[in-house]
Order: sequence, then C-alpha cells, then structure tokens
Amino acid sequence: MDEAVLRTLAPAVIGILVRRGVDFATAEDAVQDALVEAVRAWPTDPPRDPKGWLVAVSWRKFLDAARADTSRRRREALVELEPTPAPGEPVDDTLALYFLCAHPSLTPASAVALTLRAVGGLTTRQIARAYLVPETTMAQRISRAKRTVTGVRFNQPGDVSTVLRVLYLVFNEGHSGDVDLAAEAIRLTRQLAARIRHEEVAGLLALMLLHHARRPARTATGGRLVPLAEQDRGLWDRHLIAEGVQVLQNALARDRLGEFQAQAAVAALHADARTTEETDWVQIVEWYDELVRLTDSPVARLNRAVAVGEADGPRAGLAALVDLDPTLPRYAAVAAHLHERDGDLVTAARLYAEAARAALSHPEVDHLTRQAARLNALRR
Amino acid sequence: MAKYLLLKHYRGGPTPLHDVPMDQWTPEEISAHVQYMRDFAARLEETGEFVEGQALSPEGTFVRYDGEGRPPVTDGPFAETKDLIAGWMVIDVDTYDRALELAGELSAAPGVGGKPLHEWLEVRPFLTEPPTISE
Repeated sequence: MDEAVLRTLAPAVIGILVRRGVDFATAEDAVQDALVEAVRAWPTDPPRDPKGWLVAVSWRKFLDAARADTSRRRREALVELEPTPAPGEPVDDTLALYFLCAHPSLTPASAVALTLRAVGGLTTRQIARAYLVPETTMAQRISRAKRTVTGVRFNQPGDVSTVLRVLYLVFNEGHSGDVDLAAEAIRLTRQLAARIRHEEVAGLLALMLLHHARRPARTATGGRLVPLAEQDRGLWDRHLIAEGVQVLQNALARDRLGEFQAQAAVAALHADARTTEETDWVQIVEWYDELVRLTDSPVARLNRAVAVGEADGPRAGLAALVDLDPTLPRYAAVAAHLHERDGDLVTAARLYAEAARAALSHPEVDHLTRQAARLNALRR
Repeated sequence: MAKYLLLKHYRGGPTPLHDVPMDQWTPEEISAHVQYMRDFAARLEETGEFVEGQALSPEGTFVRYDGEGRPPVTDGPFAETKDLIAGWMVIDVDTYDRALELAGELSAAPGVGGKPLHEWLEVRPFLTEPPTISE
C-alpha cells in the first residue's frame, strides 16, 4: 500500500479515537505515531484490514503514552472505563477534522500546518521541509495550533470557506521539499469534494486541476518562468483539463456563483484555447467582472485590466489600470506589458525593471529582468 | 506565510539613536543585551516563527575570480567599510505587519543603563516560489 493511500486513513482514525474520549491533540499524536509504524511495518507485513490495524495501533500508542506519563494517571483510569464505540458513525469524522484544522481562531500558517498533519497525515518533518523551516519550529507551530483548538467541540459544523482558504494556500504556495504541496492540496480538496456537496468546493477543485494541468509548461530548464502566451500547449495535461472543466460545469449548473468558480472559469477559457490568439478574451473579461463584483479585490481588477488589454486593445487595458494602486504587486509588470503592446518601449522597459525590483519570487525577478533587457536591446 | 530577514547593521543604516560602542558598555549591560536576544529567539521558536539566527565576525575579505588557472584575488579587510552587517535573524510569519512588530521588539533590546537601544533593524522579504495561480 503506498503512503498516500495510508495517509487517507489518518483523519478517520483520529475521529475514532476522539469518539472514544481521547482529546484531539493526544489522538492526533497517537495516530501520527501509528502512521510512522505503518510505513515501517506494512511493506513486509501488510495488514488485511489497514484501517482496523491503524485504529488498534493508534489506540495502543495512546495507552502507552498515557501510561508513560505519570501525571496522566487520572486519564488512564478514565480509559479503563471507556465505552466501546457505537457502531456506525453518524457524523463524518474526516469532514469534522477539516473544519477543526481550519478553525477561524487559527492563523493561516497554523491552519495550514495542522491541516497537512491531521487531515493530510504528513509528518512534521515533511511539512517543515516543504515550508523550509526547522522541524522544531514546525513542531511548535503544530502543537500551538492544537492547543488553540483544544476547547473547540470536535463535531461542530464549520464555515466551509475557511477550509477552502487553507487548501488554496497549500496549493498556491507551489511545491518544494519531498512533498508535492500542489498535488497534496488537490488530494485533500478531492477528498473534501467527495464528502460535501458545495459549489465552491467544486469550484476550487476545478481551479486547482486546471492550473495543475499547465504545470509542465509553466517552467523551462533551470526553473525559467514561461508566460501563458508562450507556453507549449501540447504539454498541458488534457485529462486534468477535461476533469477540471467537468467539475466546473457541474458546479456552475447549481447557479450559485462564487470566487473560485469564477477563477476556474477563467482558467477553463485559457485551457480551451489552442493559441493565445484564439483565447476568448471577451468572455474572460466578463468573468473578471463577476470576480470583481464578488470579491472587490484589487488583484481581480488588475487581472481584468490584462484581459481588457487583450479584448479591446492596450489603450483600453491601460485605462482599466487608472483607478488601481500602483504599489499593488504585479501592477508594474502589467503596466509594462500593456505599454509594450501599445508601442511605448521606453516606458515598458522602465516598468519591467521596476517590476523586477518589486517581484517576490526569484523566477519572476529573472523573467522581468529579461523582459527589460529584451526591450533595452531592441532600442540600441 | 513569508520569510523575512531581520538584518542588524553595525554601520550603514539610518543614524543610530544611541551610539555608544558596545566595548564601552558594562559587562552586565552586554550580558543583558545578549540574554534579551536569546530570549527573543526562544520565544519565536515557541510561536513556530523562528527559522534561524546568526552573528557575523566584523572582519571580512573580498574575493574575486582572476582568470583561468590563477588563484582568486583577495582584498581587505576594510576597517572603514560603509555598510557593516552584524548578524541576522530569519523569521517565518503570516504577515508583513507581524515581521515589523517582531523587528520592533528585537530593536528594544537593552543597551546602556538597561534602556532600550532603539536600534535600527532592516526588514527584507525573502524571494519565494512564484504563486501557482497568477492570472
């Protein structure tokens, strides 16, 4: 059994322990220990009932920990009186865990870490590596997060939008370390979508699938960023695109539009075009109008200006920039692009250089610097 | 979540508010200062925001390539170099405002007479991975 399949069992097992009266933080630790043992033992001795095995071993880990800690004598006594779990689970424990780990009392960084560990079944070390922080720091972040949600009732239904924000963050932070965070975000969002019928959960899943489909075309050798217009569309994963479009259509059919569906619709229109020229920019502008209406986000307005520039020409795009704050991330890059298309290479080169200085990722700095250099070379 | 560098300069920042060199503090004042920095780092470890901290020796050497088959050229150390970095701390925090808040706290490390040093610290964001979703 591969590790990803093993990890899908983690949240349900945590749920079972919690149902037996173990507090969430302790249950989560016990399951984590059991997962580590499973990774070691299963390749040579695979259990017939993997979930049953994990429940039994987690329970033993919990008892061991309780016995080892003399200050927890009272709890041990409590354990002896433990009622056997009721057959059938009225509430979906996995779903309950999603809500708990994205609880509004948690900071984004803590919610992300706790979700990856308790729902995703990743080890602290894997999460620490993915986020490039020391393992001790990540361990502290997780245990603080657990303490923060200690008083929260396990089965409280939560706000699904907080869960979606956490999953979006995991996906959008890219991928580093030995865990592919984007793939993990997709796995967790799929698992959520299978448990809850919600148009924005589907919208986010579609958005992730449609962007993930383009990943092989997004970077060239040496990590160089390839802009959408220059991507080799033959490298796009058509299966993922087809799935993303299908998931999105089902969501849109419910007629309750939200920001993730609108963003996914933009991504679907890009995915649908064989070339940049064939892109239906007019429809993309309409989706950005919806997105601006839904979120009033300056980032949506900025992206809308790019689409307007393609649909109605660079002058119209520049006009759409007028009311925006020039200190917005990527504003200078967008303005540079529009000025270049408008034929003002001097302004464009200056703005690309300015954008390079303000960019927050290395590939973007390189890309924008190259753009400035390209225009400066043309002018010589 | 983003990483920031809190950079401590001996020289090169805005004019310091208190400019008594450390070698003219009392040993107790120096100990109190160092202890404050240690406690600060320990607190950040507990909040899950600490990445690393390092201090640098003030004297460095400049090195450059000098052509195929030749040893690198060295220059310095320069006693009077304009910008001198003393050390740094790397933090991983939710927001830029949190980075500023922590830098402010670190800048309150005690100096002469046990009073806050009000030392200028430079806060610089690390470059990250590009976001997956950008349009």
